Amino acid sequence: MKEMVRVQGIKKVFDDTVVIPGLDLIINDGEFLTLLGPSGCGKTTLLRMIAGLETPTEGTIYLDGKDMTKLPPYKRDVNMVFQNYALFPHMDVEENIRFGLKMKQVPKDEQDVRVEKLLKLTHLEKFRHRFPSEMSGGQQQRVAIARALVNNPKVLLLDEPLGALDYQLRKKLQIELKNLQRQLGITFIFVTHDQEEALTMSDRIVVMNEGEIEQDDTPGNLYHKPQTRFVAKFIGETNFLEQEDGSTNVMRPEKLNLCPEGFHGQDHPKPKLFGTITDVIFYGTIDKVFVKLDDSEQKVVAYQYFDDIKKWQAGERVGIWWYPQDEVMVHK
Amino acid sequence: MPKTWRNHVLLAYSLAIIAFLYLPLVILAAYSFNASRVNAVWSGFTVDWYLSLFKNRRVLEALTNSLIIAFFSTIVSTILGTTAAIALNRYKFKYQNVINGLLYLPILIPEIVMGLSLLVLFSQAHFPLGKGTLVLAHITFCVSFVVITVNARLEGMKPEYEQAAMDLYATPWQTFRYITLPIAMPGIVAGALIAFTLSIDDFIISFFVAGPNSTTLPLYIYAMVKRGISPEINALSTLMMIVTVSLVIIAQILQPQHTSKKEE
Amino acid sequence: MKNGKLMVLPTVAWLSLFFVIPMLIVVAVSFASRTAYGQVVFNFTFANYARITESLYLSIFAQTFIVAVITTLFTIVMAYPLAYYIASLPKKWQQPGLILVMVPFWINFLIRSYAWVIILRTQGVLNTILMKLGLITIPMQFLYNDMAVLLGMIYSLLPFMVLPVYVSIEQLDRRLLEAASDLGASPFTAFRKVTLPLTMPGVAAGTILVFISSLGMFIVPDVMGGAKSALIGNVIQNQFLSARDWPFGSALSIVLAVMSLVLIILYYKAIQGQKGGKSQNA
Repeated sequence: MKEMVRVQGIKKVFDDTVVIPGLDLIINDGEFLTLLGPSGCGKTTLLRMIAGLETPTEGTIYLDGKDMTKLPPYKRDVNMVFQNYALFPHMDVEENIRFGLKMKQVPKDEQDVRVEKLLKLTHLEKFRHRFPSEMSGGQQQRVAIARALVNNPKVLLLDEPLGALDYQLRKKLQIELKNLQRQLGITFIFVTHDQEEALTMSDRIVVMNEGEIEQDDTPGNLYHKPQTRFVAKFIGETNFLEQEDGSTNVMRPEKLNLCPEGFHGQDHPKPKLFGTITDVIFYGTIDKVFVKLDDSEQKVVAYQYFDDIKKWQAGERVGIWWYPQDEVMVHK
Repeated sequence: MPKTWRNHVLLAYSLAIIAFLYLPLVILAAYSFNASRVNAVWSGFTVDWYLSLFKNRRVLEALTNSLIIAFFSTIVSTILGTTAAIALNRYKFKYQNVINGLLYLPILIPEIVMGLSLLVLFSQAHFPLGKGTLVLAHITFCVSFVVITVNARLEGMKPEYEQAAMDLYATPWQTFRYITLPIAMPGIVAGALIAFTLSIDDFIISFFVAGPNSTTLPLYIYAMVKRGISPEINALSTLMMIVTVSLVIIAQILQPQHTSKKEE
Repeated sequence: MKNGKLMVLPTVAWLSLFFVIPMLIVVAVSFASRTAYGQVVFNFTFANYARITESLYLSIFAQTFIVAVITTLFTIVMAYPLAYYIASLPKKWQQPGLILVMVPFWINFLIRSYAWVIILRTQGVLNTILMKLGLITIPMQFLYNDMAVLLGMIYSLLPFMVLPVYVSIEQLDRRLLEAASDLGASPFTAFRKVTLPLTMPGVAAGTILVFISSLGMFIVPDVMGGAKSALIGNVIQNQFLSARDWPFGSALSIVLAVMSLVLIILYYKAIQGQKGGKSQNA
């Protein structure tokens, strides 16, 4: 795999506040990479440094092998889709898309061809003479993407591009965006705080916390093999089972199984924990069953397919068992 | 008290106050069409007073002076005010409070104090009073209003627009030329209109720094008012009211409609 | 744009040259004295300030203050219900309503005072009507007295009060009033206990605007007032343009400027109160 962006020893300090203490990251050509983390974790700052909108306090950023740390944004072959799109309000859709080509002084004929291609690709032909204020959020979002992609950037940066849209539309655009990226083969760096969005779209996810990388992995590994408590907690629902040696067993609720106290079958491991059911909450395909563990204040949650064996009731005494291979031990 | 009854009282009171605000102006305008020169009795409709204004050499001279002065003070104060507003809006300054104070004090300090201080300056600097000093003075009190007006427009403008332009290969100058300036333009035009209006309309400060041969329209009206009532002043005042009000209304239309509300 | 910051420089330079320096010169002149021909002589003296304490000038200051206070009170009483009514209109009528009130504010004081001269003078509109109606036989003297000055001041400065009061009422959270009436308060009690206290910052802001403007006013008394209705503004004007006693005029205007500055600082406090009130409501 060819390397596209290399972030090396990057440090960023804003008026005495260290946002990113020191970070290294390599992003490959054609990859859909997501920077995931809570607000204030430094993911947007990192993205803006790659765009050139912020200058790193220390460190180097390479694009396609060339050092571009000192280059101003208008000399970098990367383009950005802004959080609220930042479409120019005084230009119509076509003028917005054409802007970058005009600034780069691309010949007029070529401008026309490329603008036309992008209008088609993003299904915006009908809207070419609309102004941003006359369009819906989803349409504006497509204009923002077209405006960036028309320049054939080596890397497309997306700063929470779906954040302002409603749930249904977001789901739809997630798929569109992913397909677009596959089709064009351009490197996407996508910033979001929405773990579900990250899991569905990305080839690789970098989970960030307080300016540092917690885990850099595939979506599957992040979910099934979280390496830190932070990652386990940030992605999906988790039970933290503290071990005597100081490590923590991170158990996903769907990996926990319940059996009546004293009546466990022979075809699965023995229950390791016992407790009393406090709540059973209906969630469509599953029940979320909350169990208060004996000799502790901790409650664990287990997902149970209620139609399989039986319907659990609050107040029942249960044993909790799991397969050893589902245990995930984390040390920090 | 029943609600409707209370509303009627409030409406009547409000209308009475609006009438109080407008009645004198309407009467002034009406009497500019009254045929009688001397008394308040209505003796027929005429536009003679308007026609005679346009034949009056001194009125035309004052009009020319006012327009020349307003033209130059508008241009300079719009440039100064716009650049200052853009800089203040885009950058943080170490002495932000001092700069803000400097920009807003000229609006808040009594005009008479500003007028006489300029008179003192010009006389101490042995600068002859005339159209030149009027232009300098008008620029000084217009700048702050331009800053406020342009700033109101820029406040509603997100820095992302400029960042997006830079990201799309626009150099800082191109960003300013194609993004900042066009988006700020309605505010700049509104600011220029306000500056023009303030300059055309100014009496107090002009009163102190005008010299021979630099009588402006308000100064001319004042001189005539001091000599007594005449239908020509009514006509001239009516024209000035119309011009002022039209300019301000145009400026209002150009102003952003409460941008903050949209975001809420 | 690193050098974009410099764009503020020309304006700062301009205002330093034509606003700050002139003010400093006025301060300097206020400590100077003058020759018999009106030339300013810079010999440091407090004489001009001492002269302000003469009873003639103290009484003019007092007169100015009284006029300002009465003007302010009248504008509050007139502006508050009007602002309240505009704020209670449907949203789309509020802006036109406000423009209707603010339009006269843009017409200059000179023309607006002159409009009253047409109405109030002895052969004016009012006297003509009263005589036609047979209510009076000889024209009455409405102009050139203190009442005329007060009328002109109230008339000129009323819009200054409407705007800030409107803003504070408009920002008021209607739910508070609903809550108050929900808790059993009569409309009047709700107004007195909720609306009025919460809109006080607006009234305070308006008060200071009207007050500062009336302190420095000289056109209205000049056009509508008599010889005895002079306010401090007229005295200053007179020192500069007729009496040619610039040092004394400067001292008077420094006192006026300082009073205004104190009020401006209070104004900012009031504005901040208004903003604070808004965020509390939100």
